[in-house]
Amino acid sequence: MDVFSSLMDGFATALTPMNFLYAVIGVVLGTAVGVLPGIGPAMSIALLLPVTYALEPTSAFIMFAGIYYGGMYGGSTTSILLNTPGESSSVVTAIEGNKMAKAGRAAQALATAAIGSFVAGTIGTALLAVCAPIVVTFAVSLGSPSYFAIMVLALLAVTAVLGSSRLRGFASLGLGLAIGLVGLDSVTGQARLTFGQPLLADGLDIVVVAVAIFAVGEALWVAAHLRRTPLNIIPVGQPWMGKQDWKRSWKPWLRGTAFGFPFGALPAGGAEIPTFLSYVTEKRLSKHPEEFGKGAIEGVAGPEAANNAAAAGTLTPMLALGLPTNATAAVMLAAFTSYGIQPGPQLFESQGPLVWALIASLFIGNFLLLVINLPLAPLWARLLQLPRPYLYAGILFFATLGAYSVNLQAFDLVILLVLGALGFMMRRFGLPVLPLILGVILGPRIEGQLRKTLKLSAGDPSGLFSEPIAVVIYIIVAIILVWPLLLKLWRRNRPVTSFLPANASRGSEPTDVTRGSVSHGSHRADGPADGDVGRDGDGDGDG
Amino acid sequence: MSSSTSLTSRLKGRSELGVALLLGAAGALVLWDALGLATPYSNSDPVGPKTLPYIVAGLLIVCAVLLAVNVLRGGKGEAEEGEDVDLTHPADWRTVLPLAGAFIANILLIDWAGWVISGTILFWGSVWALGSRHYVRDGLVSLAMSLLTFYGFYLGLGIALPAGLLEGIL
Repeated sequence: MDVFSSLMDGFATALTPMNFLYAVIGVVLGTAVGVLPGIGPAMSIALLLPVTYALEPTSAFIMFAGIYYGGMYGGSTTSILLNTPGESSSVVTAIEGNKMAKAGRAAQALATAAIGSFVAGTIGTALLAVCAPIVVTFAVSLGSPSYFAIMVLALLAVTAVLGSSRLRGFASLGLGLAIGLVGLDSVTGQARLTFGQPLLADGLDIVVVAVAIFAVGEALWVAAHLRRTPLNIIPVGQPWMGKQDWKRSWKPWLRGTAFGFPFGALPAGGAEIPTFLSYVTEKRLSKHPEEFGKGAIEGVAGPEAANNAAAAGTLTPMLALGLPTNATAAVMLAAFTSYGIQPGPQLFESQGPLVWALIASLFIGNFLLLVINLPLAPLWARLLQLPRPYLYAGILFFATLGAYSVNLQAFDLVILLVLGALGFMMRRFGLPVLPLILGVILGPRIEGQLRKTLKLSAGDPSGLFSEPIAVVIYIIVAIILVWPLLLKLWRRNRPVTSFLPANASRGSEPTDVTRGSVSHGSHRADGPADGDVGRDGDGDGDG
Repeated sequence: MSSSTSLTSRLKGRSELGVALLLGAAGALVLWDALGLATPYSNSDPVGPKTLPYIVAGLLIVCAVLLAVNVLRGGKGEAEEGEDVDLTHPADWRTVLPLAGAFIANILLIDWAGWVISGTILFWGSVWALGSRHYVRDGLVSLAMSLLTFYGFYLGLGIALPAGLLEGIL
C-alpha cells in the first residue's frame, strides 16, 4: 500500500509537537473567522498569507488545512444561530437549522452539523487520499494541449455555471485575466500593462489582489450597508443529540457525503449544488416530511455533510492538477506559488512529504474540530456579538498589514485600495468575484500552456486538438456554453413549471425579481426588531 | 424631444452602465497596450505576447457592450448579501468615505511616520467611521493593535515594519 505508507509518513510529520500546534491554531482560528460574519475561509487564508514568509511550507499548509475545515464548520454555526448565511454553501443549512434553533433545538442542530462535518470530512479526506494519486498517474501522461483544455474548462465552468448571470461572470473573468497580464511577459520579456511603472514590472502580487478583492472590497461593501439594528442571536448551550437524533442523522450524513465529494472535485461543482441536492433528497426520503420547513434534523445533517465532503473534494483537483475550483483553494494555490512551489501533477512527486502531511493534517484537523467545537459552541456564539466597528476596522487593518508586508512598499497599498474599490463595485453590481481570482491565477498559466502547445505544433492551431483528452474537454466546454440556449429552446416548446418552486425555496431569487430587499424583509420579518418594515420602500431609491 | 426625455428616463437609476463603461475602458486599455508590443516572429514562440491581450481585450469589450444592452433592457445585477449587510437602506457614503480617508492617510504616512503611528490612525479612524464613539477605549485598542503587530511581525515573522518617526524608541 503505497498510499497508506505515504499517509503514515504524513501523519508522522503532522503530529510533531510544533506542527500539531499549528493545526490547533488553524482549527481555532478557522472556526473563529468562520463564525464571524463577513470573514470566510478564503479571506482568512488571504489575510494570513504573510506568515508564509516566516513559516516553513509544511507548517503553513497544516495551518491552512485547519482554517479550511474550521471555516466551513464556523459558517454553519452562524447560519444556524443567525439565519443569515455568509457563504452560499451554508444557505441550505440555514433553512432547517435556523428553524430548529428557533424551536429550542439549537443544541441538536449544532451537534448534527459538527458530527456530520466530521463524518463527511473524514470520508472525504480518505477519498482524496485515494483519488488524488490516481488522478496524478493519469495526469502525468497529459501534455500541454490537454492542460490548456482543462484550464479553459475550469475557467469557463466557474464563470458560466456558478452565479446568476453568465454575462457578469464573463465580465469578472475578463477583468481577472487583464490583471493577470500586468508585468513582464515570461517569454519575450516585454512589459505589458505596466505603463512605464517599474513597480509593476513583476506583476501584481497575488496576495495583494486576493486581499484587496476578498478583504478590502468586502469590508467597504459591508460598511456601506452596515446593519444598524441588532441581530437576533439565539442563545445556545452545549451541543448534544438524543438517540432519536442519531437515528435520523446518520443516513443523511452518508448520503450528503456521497453528493458532496464528486461535485467538489468537479470544476465549478462547488458546494451549492450538492447541498441543495442533499436537502431535496432528504426531504423526499424522510419519514417526517411534515417537519421540513419547521426544523427537520435531516435537513441540517445532509447538507452540512455535503458541504464538508465538497470541501474535501475540491482539494483533489487542487493537489493533483493544480486546478483550484473554489475561492479558498485558489488562495491556497497562491500560497503554494509564493513558496515557489509549482502546483500541478508534479506536486506529489516533487513535494510528496508536504502533500501527504497536508492530507494527514486534514484528518487531524477534522478530529480537532469535533473535540474543540462541541464544548466551545457557546463561546463561538458569543463571538457573534463582537462590536462591528472593531470587526471591520480589524479586517482593513490586517488587510493593509498583509499587503504591505509582501514588499514593504506603500505603492502596494495604493493597488490594494484601487482593487478594493473594484471589489466593492463588483459586490454592488452583482459581478461574482471567483472568476476574477481564477483569471488572475490561471491566466498566466493558460498562456504558458497555449504557447507551449503551439510551439510543439510549430504554430499550427490543430496542435490544440492533438490529444484525445483535449478534444473530449472541448466538447464538454461547448456543451456548457450552449446549454442555456438548449434549455431555452426546450422550455419554449414545453412551458415548464417544476423548476420554479425549487429555485424559490433556495432563497436565491432569479434576476427578474430585481429587488433583493423583498426577500430580505421577509427574512427579518420573524425578528423582534422589525417595526420598520415599511421603510423598505425608501431603500429602493439607491439603484 | 420625446426620444431624449425617454433616454434620460431610461438612464436614470442605471448606475450599472458605469460598470459597462469601466469594462469597455479596461478592454480599450488592454488593446492599446497590446498594439504597442513588438512581436519578433520566432519558431519558438509562434503565439507571441500579443495573442492573450487581444483575446482579453475582445472579451472585455464584448462584455461591456452586452452588459450595456442588458442594463438598458432592464437587467440588474444582484447586490451581494451577507450577515451584516442590510440592503434595505441605500449605500452609506458617510461611512465609506471616512474609511477610505483613514486608508489613504495610512498610505501617505506609513513610510514616513512608521507603522505604529499610521496603523493606529488607520484602526482608530476606521472604528470611528464605522460608528464607534468610545474615543479613549478605541484609541487604546488601536495603539495596542499596531504595537502588537509591529513587534509580532518583527519577532515572529522577521519582517521589520517601518518604525518611522519612532525610530530608536521602538
